[in-house]
Amino acid sequence: MDILTMLGILVGGLRVTGEIFGITLVGALPLGVLVALCRMSSFRPLAYLARLYISVMRGTPLMLQLMFYMFGPYYIFGLSVGSNWNFYACCIGFVLNYAAYFGEIYRSGIQSIPLGQYEAASVLGYSSRQTFFKIVLPQVIKRIIPTMGNEIITLVKDTSLAFALGMLEMFTLAKQIAAAQVSMIPYVIAALIYWVCCLIIEMILTRVEKRLGYYHD
Amino acid sequence: MAQQEDMTSAIKDGGSPLAPKTDLPLLDLEHARKSFEDNEVLKDISIQVGQGEVVAIIGPSGGGKSTLLRCCTLLETLDGGSLAFGDVQVATDRDGRAVYGGKAVMRQAKQHFGLVFQNFNLFPHYTALRNVADSLISVQKMPKAQANERARELLDKMGLAGKEDMVPCDLSGGQQQRVAIARALAPSPDILFFDEPTSALDPELTQEVLRVIRDLAAEHMTMVIVTHEMGFAHDVADRIVFMDEGVIVEEGAAAHLIDDPNNARTRAFLATYDQE
Repeated sequence: MDILTMLGILVGGLRVTGEIFGITLVGALPLGVLVALCRMSSFRPLAYLARLYISVMRGTPLMLQLMFYMFGPYYIFGLSVGSNWNFYACCIGFVLNYAAYFGEIYRSGIQSIPLGQYEAASVLGYSSRQTFFKIVLPQVIKRIIPTMGNEIITLVKDTSLAFALGMLEMFTLAKQIAAAQVSMIPYVIAALIYWVCCLIIEMILTRVEKRLGYYHD
Repeated sequence: MAQQEDMTSAIKDGGSPLAPKTDLPLLDLEHARKSFEDNEVLKDISIQVGQGEVVAIIGPSGGGKSTLLRCCTLLETLDGGSLAFGDVQVATDRDGRAVYGGKAVMRQAKQHFGLVFQNFNLFPHYTALRNVADSLISVQKMPKAQANERARELLDKMGLAGKEDMVPCDLSGGQQQRVAIARALAPSPDILFFDEPTSALDPELTQEVLRVIRDLAAEHMTMVIVTHEMGFAHDVADRIVFMDEGVIVEEGAAAHLIDDPNNARTRAFLATYDQE
């Protein structure tokens, strides 16, 4: 098998990798806001529940969590799941796990905004919704971009955990080709592709940071 | 005099339709009480401020001045007492407990006053112009062009022409505080509160901010100013209130209270300034 063929197969697997990546971001970025708001809620039980959730999500391996969603329905409830359940289990696992991390990042950002910003907005008559979306959130986004970038880049590489559920994403394919061809080259190609993806994300993040760099506080 | 009237109308332009037509004081705070846990910070404070009056509140730190201002601007709630802005009754005393009106009353009350903070609290992600104009657009629902026009006028009046597009971090402390004053003036409040407006500024920048406040006083803007600048309070205030340990120890005309205080505590406090 020549390198171009391998590259073709791996780039094909990149589609599944990209799907997991995209679905995780689309699901976990907004869900994280909810997690953060629950965590900061003045209603104690809700705040404790959010803390427990975050603690479990961060305190257990993502691979184990994926297994849980993969086999839980059958082992616990005796439900037989469809053949493409591994894709759903994978998405659920990634979204729930990353929402916990994103939630903590949002929380740190929201709590770093000085009280004076809320007070100034209050005196001027802004509603609490306007205060959050016009005054607080834009400042939070600027502050959390570097940490968020870290987490997003980690996610690119974490998608490879999906191999454990037999998903035909890039890493799974690289392993299969490497075994069949007795060659390191598929791994090298896969590594390069992951790296290039992360480079692109880094470039986008740098650009966003620059755009928000017109002020500091 | 004619010119002075012009300048007054410049502040009041786009004017508040809610300005009381009655003779009620612009601010009427009665028997205000406020505690933080076991610490009683305001003990039965009453203060009225009439149209065009400039009141300076002085006194040692921890004496309750800032809490008083924060209660007046609805950043803190009173435990007891009543609070009204003109004919808008914000809180009513019922059996010694302050009972606040609903959200609509709060919103209405906020049309009546503005607040200038010690630390400016400008919105760092907005330009000077947007800082001033945004509440007009978002809260007062003024058309954007008109709001920007008014913001430009106010910044110009604060001596900040040409700085409209700068963000707060690129302005000096004195300039930031003048933007904050313009922002507070934008919705044409009847009364403007200042919480130690120059305490975060070095002496030179202090002067440029005090000059702006003096100009406002000359235009008969109604103001309540918590300050440690005794010379300024003496010159600009119609009335000085000396607060200590949660009570108004003494109040009176500026010349009288500062130059010839009746109370021993007032004298002791003022003496600490004379030594400087």
